[in-house]
Amino acid sequence: MIPRHFVIAIAVLLIAALGLSLYVWHMRSTVASTPAASSDTRPLAPPVAGPTERVTLFVAHDEDGTLRATSAQIPLPSGRQQRAEELLRSLLSRYLEKSSPHVLGSGADIRSVFLVDPGEAVIDLNSAFADTHRSGVLVEELTVASLIHTISANTPGILKVKILVNGKERDTLAGHADLSAFYDVTAVNQLATQLQ
Amino acid sequence: MRWTNRGQNAVLLACGTVLLSVLVLSGAAPEKHLTVYSVAANYSPPLVQREGREYVGLLEVLEPLGKVSAKSEGPRWRLRYNNVESDFQAGKARARIQGRDADLGAKFLLENNRGLVSVGSLGALLPRFLGGPVTVHEDSGRVFIGSVATHFTASLTPDNPPRLVFHFTGPVNPTVATEPGALRMTFSREPLVAPASPTLTFGNKIIPSAIYSESNGMAVVTVNASTPVMATFSGDGRTVTISPTSAPAVAQNVTPAAPGIPAAQAPPATVAPNAPPAPAARRYFAVVDASHGGDDHGETLSSTLLEKDVTASLARSLRQELESRGIPTLMLRDSDANLSVDQRAIFANADHAAIYIAVHAASNGHGVRVYTALLPYSGDDRGVFRSWTTAQHASLPLSQSAASAVAAELQKRQIPVRNLAAALRPLNNMIGAAIAVEVAPQGADSSQLTAPDYQQLVTSAVATAIAATRDQLGAAQ
Repeated sequence: MIPRHFVIAIAVLLIAALGLSLYVWHMRSTVASTPAASSDTRPLAPPVAGPTERVTLFVAHDEDGTLRATSAQIPLPSGRQQRAEELLRSLLSRYLEKSSPHVLGSGADIRSVFLVDPGEAVIDLNSAFADTHRSGVLVEELTVASLIHTISANTPGILKVKILVNGKERDTLAGHADLSAFYDVTAVNQLATQLQ
Repeated sequence: MRWTNRGQNAVLLACGTVLLSVLVLSGAAPEKHLTVYSVAANYSPPLVQREGREYVGLLEVLEPLGKVSAKSEGPRWRLRYNNVESDFQAGKARARIQGRDADLGAKFLLENNRGLVSVGSLGALLPRFLGGPVTVHEDSGRVFIGSVATHFTASLTPDNPPRLVFHFTGPVNPTVATEPGALRMTFSREPLVAPASPTLTFGNKIIPSAIYSESNGMAVVTVNASTPVMATFSGDGRTVTISPTSAPAVAQNVTPAAPGIPAAQAPPATVAPNAPPAPAARRYFAVVDASHGGDDHGETLSSTLLEKDVTASLARSLRQELESRGIPTLMLRDSDANLSVDQRAIFANADHAAIYIAVHAASNGHGVRVYTALLPYSGDDRGVFRSWTTAQHASLPLSQSAASAVAAELQKRQIPVRNLAAALRPLNNMIGAAIAVEVAPQGADSSQLTAPDYQQLVTSAVATAIAATRDQLGAAQ
């Protein structure tokens, strides 16, 4: 005959196992119903407030495939790196407007900009920026040239620029523009002249 | 000893059976083969018909090209080619190669431990194993691995009577046969590929036309003639001259046919019959690269139009236009193959072509954009070794000159054009002149990109510009 205390122990264990199973099942359905972080298209940082400065943005225009210098008055923080980030976010806000001359996908953003001396800048785009970007040699080139020419024209001393996506290297922006190497700012400035 | 009736009947029956067998076998269809052309070897594995498709043993196709082994475990068949591992399953139309899925397009078959794949799937399969471009002519059972294709041009001399001169980019050794009104050259071992147009017309009464065709692993050029003609070989087997039998062949270094025997029936002079053509370094003047392909669709131009398909069509048109101007041209991608930009650069650089032309298509903007490389920051050349990322550096002025010529020619034809630099691989990896041509519609309708007249308008302008700068480009080759 099975001892009574042994039967009780088995029964308690079975009840505990059943309870844990129900809890895990509940947790799984909770996780499944939570929207994925990657689909969150809200900007990653709040807009900066404070004194404004006049800067030159180089805005891409798809209608004639040009890059046009546009003056803008925007609030800029004091740090060199934060200024560069805000500068590019300001440029991006033009592209995300309804009447955008060069449409970018919803949720496109700059994650961060790193200024590494001497003369090296790293622009880290979020995944939505690249994943939703239109494909084509010119349309991708306009985006890249706009970013690089804007940051180099407003941040003296930058010689080369690397573009990352979500903190990682990526072969191309959307199938054409090469992101695997450092862009030579002098060469991009010449290209920007061609594009004007 | 006397034959009994029964014995006689048995002998008659046996003789009848043997005779019937001979008759049946002699009338059977010839065995079909796939012909594979590669730098390593040219060979012809047999084809088998299964479920209405042509199949071939994958092991037999890869064996002459490298170290290969296969093992079957139930319905699974594992193949290892050099360092590439693959896993096939009988009855499945997908396989895994180096951990990635590959679509076979038709079921994989396993017969007596022999893995069979459809000929149609080779275009997608072989580049995954070999890591380079593979062109498959499915209908005719011909597979070209790498840059092995032999191209040819045909021109009629203004002499009377006229002579038709074929120039081949490599030595050839066709079987020549004549019949009333035609001379047929069959190329069973040469990787001969079609000229710009399969039908060449010369507007001459004696030799009005020549037709290129392919079937059962062979290429055939049929020269139509109103009088008996003969073929003579010269230039180490790279030139074949077709002339009326009454007219002596006058090409220099022509090896005449044996005295008293019409050349059409004489054995070709340079290469022994059935011997594979001697490997020769083939030089193409231009390399045309249809961008994207395989899993890389490029831009989705419309709901039914992918950039990779438009670039292939444009590239074919450009090759035709270049070859019709006498420019030997290699097309890097002629099927829906996956090719990385590094592979494209390696193959094009290995050919030492005078110019590399990448073809792109876009729905954005109007007309054509001609690009040269926007070189990345610095490059760490070490002595005689060039940096891969800036290999284009020395040839950039030549590329810019070619791009300007192309842009000028497009402008002449009223096509909106822009000349720009672009960080577009593999332009920066090319050691010779390199440009990219991005074709957009003239209006808002992307379907114009597939219109033959628009394609020809663009490609003929590009080809005319390349032909005009031929001397300049060739000098640097």
